[in-house]
Amino acid sequence: MRPLVEVSGLHIAAVDGRGAQTPIVKDVSFDIAPGEVLALIGQSGSGKTTIALSLMGYARDGTRITGGSVKLDGTELRGLPARALQQLHGRDVAYVPQSAAASFNPSRRLMPQVIESAVVHGLMTRREAEAKAIALFAELALPDPANVGNRYPHQVSGGQLQRLIAAMALLTSPRLVIFDEPTTALDVTTQIGVLRAFKRVVREHGVTALYVSHDLAVVAQIADRILVLNQGEMQEIGEAERLISAPSHAYTRSLMAAARPPERNERPAAEERKPLLQVSALTAGYGRIGTNGMPLIPVLHDISFTVPAGHTLGIVGESGSGKSTLARVIAGLLPQAKGTVTLDGATLPPSLARRTRDQLRQIQFVHQMADTALNPSHTVAEILGRPLTFFGGLRGRARDRAVAELLDMVRLPAAVMHQRPASLSGGQKQRANLARALAARPRLLLCDEVTSALDSVVGAAVLKLLAELQSELGLSYVFISHDISTVRAICDQVMVLYAGQMMERGVRRVLSSTPRHPYSDLLVNSVPELRTGWLDEIEPAFGLESEVTTTFPNARACAFFPRCSVHIPGRCERDTPPIQHLSKGADIRCHRSENELRALAGTAVAAEV
Amino acid sequence: MSSTVEREPAHVVIKRPRRMPIPLLGWVGIVVVAFWLIMAVFGPMLTPHPAGEVIDPDGFGPMVPGMWLGSDVLGRDVLSRIMAGAQTTVGPAIAATLLAVFIGGTLALAAAAVGGWIDTALSRTMDAVISVPSLLFGLVAVAALGVSVPVLICTAGVIYVPGAFRIWRSLAVNVNAMDYVSVARERGEGMPYIMRREILPNLLGPVLADCGLRFVFAVLLLSSLSFLGLGIQPPDADWGSMVRENLPGLIYGAPAAIFPAAALATLTIGVNLLVDNLPGRER
Ligand SMILES: Nc1ncnc2c1ncn2[C@@H]1O[C@H](COP(=O)(O)OP(=O)(O)OP(=O)(O)O)[C@@H](O)[C@H]1O
Ligand code: SF4
Ligand SMILES: [Mg+2]
Repeated sequence: MRPLVEVSGLHIAAVDGRGAQTPIVKDVSFDIAPGEVLALIGQSGSGKTTIALSLMGYARDGTRITGGSVKLDGTELRGLPARALQQLHGRDVAYVPQSAAASFNPSRRLMPQVIESAVVHGLMTRREAEAKAIALFAELALPDPANVGNRYPHQVSGGQLQRLIAAMALLTSPRLVIFDEPTTALDVTTQIGVLRAFKRVVREHGVTALYVSHDLAVVAQIADRILVLNQGEMQEIGEAERLISAPSHAYTRSLMAAARPPERNERPAAEERKPLLQVSALTAGYGRIGTNGMPLIPVLHDISFTVPAGHTLGIVGESGSGKSTLARVIAGLLPQAKGTVTLDGATLPPSLARRTRDQLRQIQFVHQMADTALNPSHTVAEILGRPLTFFGGLRGRARDRAVAELLDMVRLPAAVMHQRPASLSGGQKQRANLARALAARPRLLLCDEVTSALDSVVGAAVLKLLAELQSELGLSYVFISHDISTVRAICDQVMVLYAGQMMERGVRRVLSSTPRHPYSDLLVNSVPELRTGWLDEIEPAFGLESEVTTTFPNARACAFFPRCSVHIPGRCERDTPPIQHLSKGADIRCHRSENELRALAGTAVAAEV
Repeated sequence: MSSTVEREPAHVVIKRPRRMPIPLLGWVGIVVVAFWLIMAVFGPMLTPHPAGEVIDPDGFGPMVPGMWLGSDVLGRDVLSRIMAGAQTTVGPAIAATLLAVFIGGTLALAAAAVGGWIDTALSRTMDAVISVPSLLFGLVAVAALGVSVPVLICTAGVIYVPGAFRIWRSLAVNVNAMDYVSVARERGEGMPYIMRREILPNLLGPVLADCGLRFVFAVLLLSSLSFLGLGIQPPDADWGSMVRENLPGLIYGAPAAIFPAAALATLTIGVNLLVDNLPGRER
């Protein structure tokens, strides 16, 4: 059978204003058989999206296809006239982008947007298109398929939106579907449902697809073959099964290593150390504080934990669970409504303005996006120098020397001193961001998703740096992440947050051992494993989100109740769950007893990790 | 131990921000504006004839060698008067602009950085001031305080404070939401430092463009006042008052009324071209 897609010797170059060319894709050749899913995997900047777009006959702005050929079913796409390309896009090739939110018009209902392209291209009537869309919605496990199309984009979740855009892509039964990191922006728990939905339609409709991703574990679930790309060059291509179990290329192995960073060694138990940071019964939120002492938009409820000196506490939870809010309260950016924050035995005033300079110095915030955390109009030397002057009174020579030392500490070349943030790479920026925090000589760093915006390889290097700085300087970290494997790699203790409530808390090991809190269980089991077939093994019912309910009949209900697969009807939605101690050394907030949880743990995959 | 950590992968390309070339129209603007700025400084010294001297007994004379732009209503050399008038036109307008931008910008930075009720109070006050038509405001101010260059400068300055405030505030509020400002706050930096060092440098590009526009408004307002006889008083003359005193010459087809107006037009268009094509505006 002839391959549907044939790419051979593809060269793509970036062309700047003066006509100078920088190659971004070099001599890439592959083909995709009908009904096959080929994954394109690599770090950001490796040329994945550029190649994907070339299959649509496009070259991105500022790029040009400089050699080779791209054929779809025997038709050369290079140099195809605009008219023919338009036809191609409406009918033969469909594209599922990373951010569905950006692709929908927020002021129009979903259904007309989903069917628009098919109708405009005259491929089907409105009636047919709607019927087919509803069928696809059902196949993609969207809630209430018949009516979901009447909603507006903001009325569905991110994962649902991603499925809706997949429905739009599949509507015309295209011959080739390009998925461009379609689950990257989603929480793991959401990702699993989306992946499963994608996989089912791909299989049932015999869709030929190119699946672009940076995550090998995700790709292992859905692809038949995998192509590994680095710096625009092909490293390795092969059957998914073979490539994952026996990667032949060194770069593939480094990708795999970075994807699942090793856990650090167990260290002295928490009790043996003096607590540095102590948070007790913290309640906080946004907006004016009402007469009942609660903020208008409450986010965190009754959070307590301690961080021993020299240790790392990891905080995990889905987007919106209040992780950043917690860090903001500790840093003093958002005064709490109730509860106390104690540093080294001294209670910290809630608001920044009332904290002493020394208290401010001891806690430093490392923000998620180094892009926005570094002032673009200052040089690196100015960015690092200011805290040195402000806290340490350093000036002139002494300051320059301290800046150089800091750069060395985060393994940046001294030459970046005179550069501005815009001229640094993502990883370099995050290192500079870290150095900025270290300049204050803090005792506690609040790291908010510091590696989330980085590629896995670069992110792994930053994690390693953090661990080393900890042992060199005796720092404590509060490490916030939505990624469990990152937290496992760096933290001594973990706390699982859901809807602003502590669900489980204990040493890192508690995430790896059952019984767990049902929500921890969901989180842990949602992380794709780096082997093919994982997705098929897990229970079909697992991870299926119910409609998100934000209003509870009862404020005392367990926050996780609407999504809990093991809830006790009549009890969980009525009474506040107690905090109980499990024999593995964790505290959980749940009505279920340890024995019940152990017995129920088999409902999801009993994944001992 | 530390030696085991990988440095940034060597392949990471260090990106340099590209310097945007200035388009041709931008250059036209630069040349025109530079020309008038030089005139504003040196014009009075370079005039072929003293600006106040009557050299043509008839008045409204045509363009002839020696009087390249003709003579005005009293028979003075129009070219010399335009050259000398550049100073009286551009000078007070620049002063008024600087005043407006300084006051409006400072208040805006404070409003954005402090926020809360200070921001609300300032914003509402500015809304109230901006609702008064500017020419009317100018007429009343001049009528009440009398005509003098300082009064004109202050009047035009105050009129344009709310406009400057609005633009600066909206830009500053965006910058204020950036993490790097939050970082400075977490450090315990004072308000003046945050306004000056963290926010201000990131406003300069767009704000420069706004200064240009505000300058154009000030030139036109002051000229309008002069045209109404309430601006610069004789024997000094700015371009606005020159248009006014030579208006009767239009009937005779004398060039005397046209050229001061043309000078105004080139200046305002020049500034517009300049600010529209400032490097880094489209981003
Ligand atoms: N300034 C604000 N005003 C009102 N509500 C806010 C504000 N900032 C955040 N929230 C809300 O507070 C909740 C918790 O947000 P937070 O940023 O702490 O979540 P997060 O766990 O850090 O999520 P992510 O993983 O996406 O960063 C969310 O529901 C969010 O919408
Ligand atoms: S309290 Fe009930 S609903 Fe909440 S996690 Fe436990 S079992 Fe599930
Ligand atoms: Mg966050």
